[in-house]
Amino acid sequence: MDVLTLSRLQFALTAAFHYLYPPLSIGLGLLLVVVESLWLRTRNPLYHQMARFWTRVFALTFAVGVATGIVMEFEFGTNWAAYSRYVGDVFGSALAAEGIFAFFLESGFLAVLLFGWDRVGPRLHFVAACMVAFGAHFSAVWIVVANSWMQTPAGFRVVGEGLRARAEITDFWAMVLNPSSMDRLAHTLTGAWQAGAWLMVSVGAWYLLRRRHRDFALASVKVGLALAAVAALLSLATGHESARGVARNQPAKLAAFEGRYATRAGAPMALAGWVDEKAGRMAWSVEIPGLLSWLATGDTHGTVAGLDEVPAADRPPVNASFQLFHLMVGAGGVMIGLAAWAAAALWRGRLEQSRLLLWLLTFSVLGPQIANQAGWWAAEMGRQPWIVYGLLRTSQGLSAVVTASQVVASMVMFSLVYLLLFGVFVFLLNDKIQHGPDAADLQPAGKWALGFRGAGKEDRR
Amino acid sequence: MSFGPLDLNTVWFVLVGVLFTGYVILDGFDLGVGVLHLFAARRDEERRVFLNAIGPVWDGNEVWLVTGGGALFAAFPAVYATVFSGFYLAFMALLCALIFRAVAIEFRSKRPSPRWRAFWDAGFALGSAGSALLIGVAMGNIAWGIPLDVRGEFAGSFPGLLHPYALAMGVTTMALFAMHGAIYLVLKTEGEVQAAVRRWVNPLIIAFILCYVIVTLATLLYVPHVTEAFLREPGFFVIVVAVVLAIANIPREVSRGRDFHAFLSSCAAMAGLMAIFGLGAYPNLVFSNPHPEHSLTAFNAASSPRTLAIMLTIALIGVPAVLAYTVSIYWIFRGKVKLDRASY
Repeated sequence: MDVLTLSRLQFALTAAFHYLYPPLSIGLGLLLVVVESLWLRTRNPLYHQMARFWTRVFALTFAVGVATGIVMEFEFGTNWAAYSRYVGDVFGSALAAEGIFAFFLESGFLAVLLFGWDRVGPRLHFVAACMVAFGAHFSAVWIVVANSWMQTPAGFRVVGEGLRARAEITDFWAMVLNPSSMDRLAHTLTGAWQAGAWLMVSVGAWYLLRRRHRDFALASVKVGLALAAVAALLSLATGHESARGVARNQPAKLAAFEGRYATRAGAPMALAGWVDEKAGRMAWSVEIPGLLSWLATGDTHGTVAGLDEVPAADRPPVNASFQLFHLMVGAGGVMIGLAAWAAAALWRGRLEQSRLLLWLLTFSVLGPQIANQAGWWAAEMGRQPWIVYGLLRTSQGLSAVVTASQVVASMVMFSLVYLLLFGVFVFLLNDKIQHGPDAADLQPAGKWALGFRGAGKEDRR
Repeated sequence: MSFGPLDLNTVWFVLVGVLFTGYVILDGFDLGVGVLHLFAARRDEERRVFLNAIGPVWDGNEVWLVTGGGALFAAFPAVYATVFSGFYLAFMALLCALIFRAVAIEFRSKRPSPRWRAFWDAGFALGSAGSALLIGVAMGNIAWGIPLDVRGEFAGSFPGLLHPYALAMGVTTMALFAMHGAIYLVLKTEGEVQAAVRRWVNPLIIAFILCYVIVTLATLLYVPHVTEAFLREPGFFVIVVAVVLAIANIPREVSRGRDFHAFLSSCAAMAGLMAIFGLGAYPNLVFSNPHPEHSLTAFNAASSPRTLAIMLTIALIGVPAVLAYTVSIYWIFRGKVKLDRASY
């Protein structure tokens, strides 16, 4: 394999593995804010127990996220030096802003969240939870802004010629608010909320199946499902907005997502299918007439551009983009259905009787992970052959001095280390789930028993 | 924008330097604790005390490196690109070491099995020691200079980066971090653990000073370009004297039991060492050796003035906030380590 393929593979591998964790941190971070605010308001010790348990899970996901995230910060320089020189002025600013605004906030208050139970009171602990969640969301803002700039570059000009050419910021806010950044941010965040929320539902459902920790399990399912259901619906809405943006800004990408070669009015949308890239058409597909036109333009007879309008050299891999995009949409649809079913069962008080539903909920944690991964892959693959859409080809972004054997060496290393990390992560996560919530946490001690100023006075009397 | 005698590029040279200085001072003691982990702590409980001494802060400390990398990318993209692609294998090894350091802290105490703990203890120690060594080797190469071609691309090889001067700098950095870590541990521990760590402080100071003298002599003999700034501006020697005094002050404070003052001295010494490094390098970020005319400087490798100005605004908003809550977190977790349920 050549350096280009190897470097792309390495970036895909390291980014995909890293991206298992930040969505969990974002989703669980938000849920910890919810759980701690419930504890502050109701003083029901069950919520204290939940906060303690889910903080431990959060710590584990966060640690692996941080460890694998540091690779991402430097991989642009190691493998994509030409790209780094070209975009540093623009892309680097967003990355630096992420460090200054988000990572410090997140990691600083994480200390209070994890180790501060006996050092600060419940209110300050709640503030810490808010700050960690805020930091996690803020890091998503900057990284999605940076990535969206690669999809729909704006607010810049190109200076210099040939190898010396590079992009320079002309308008910071136009760069930040480039045409796709806010749509994609909203969609990324709703996907991340689902990742955390379904994990909480999943663990609760498993305890219900095993008839263990019933109160804890029910509360986890309820809190998790509330966010999961909202986020699943929002994913649909934000996904729709995002796809309309792709139709406007990256027509070749949308055409690849849908396997459309011919530009036509009243374009159908495929529910499933297989693209024959050699023949330049769908080998087979199950379609709904007019739907794609309606989704992209708001009119069932609207015109949707096909790949025929794009030179063959500028087309992304069509079938892979198609399959990944449909996998994401399918997984998202399944999660909406599952959320509706579970909410109905919970409403009627029949959740615990339906073992099939509980089994499905136990595995629900996989749904958003599949959708997030497939969606990210589709977004990045659909951008090909560009590393910065329409400006710089992926093949032009490589490090000139890095050889194939060096990339192979680093990739073998990352593969082994990440396999080990993944194994240990799953093992320890399972260990924590098997161990379950601590009964001792139902009697909050120390500052947590005193609770609030008012209650504290009563206790002293 | 102008800042008296300072131009925007120089301001960013200093700011990137400040971020990396923050990193070596803060994560320096985390890595130092890791270097000492297998030797200075033998029993399980001692090792847990070591880990929990850095437990709440190591993650935030590592962010200084991440942000420094981001700032380098934004302010001096050509440097970011040349250094990380040029030091490819060395840098991949550093990333691997940092990963092991990070996850070992989190994983180590999650299982009671002695084998499990021994494995992650080794991961923590080797990850930390490897990181310290490689950071030093990288700094040694930056000081010595690396071969660059006319486009500013690295024109050397991986074995070429492992020359004696760079390796000596690596060992010196490891000794410095170990000394700094030992002083931090004295500050954060009590009783027997503290007594055991205290015995390590003076030998480590001596080890560092020996290494430092050797590296300084080698610098004077073989790397004259970094000494030019000091010959031009003798006032800079104040910093050299201050570093010597700060290091000499450490054993004095330790023997008087003023551990916090000893730690501050150690921090000041490291800040001074980084300042000397920066003054010697300026305006070069990557010195080209041979062919100094290909060097990447704060001027030919920088982003546009507009971006530097935007980034400065971001830094002026962000850095005070960062300092405020970093200080708050250290304040909340002040005092001696006590193991509790939430501990590693």
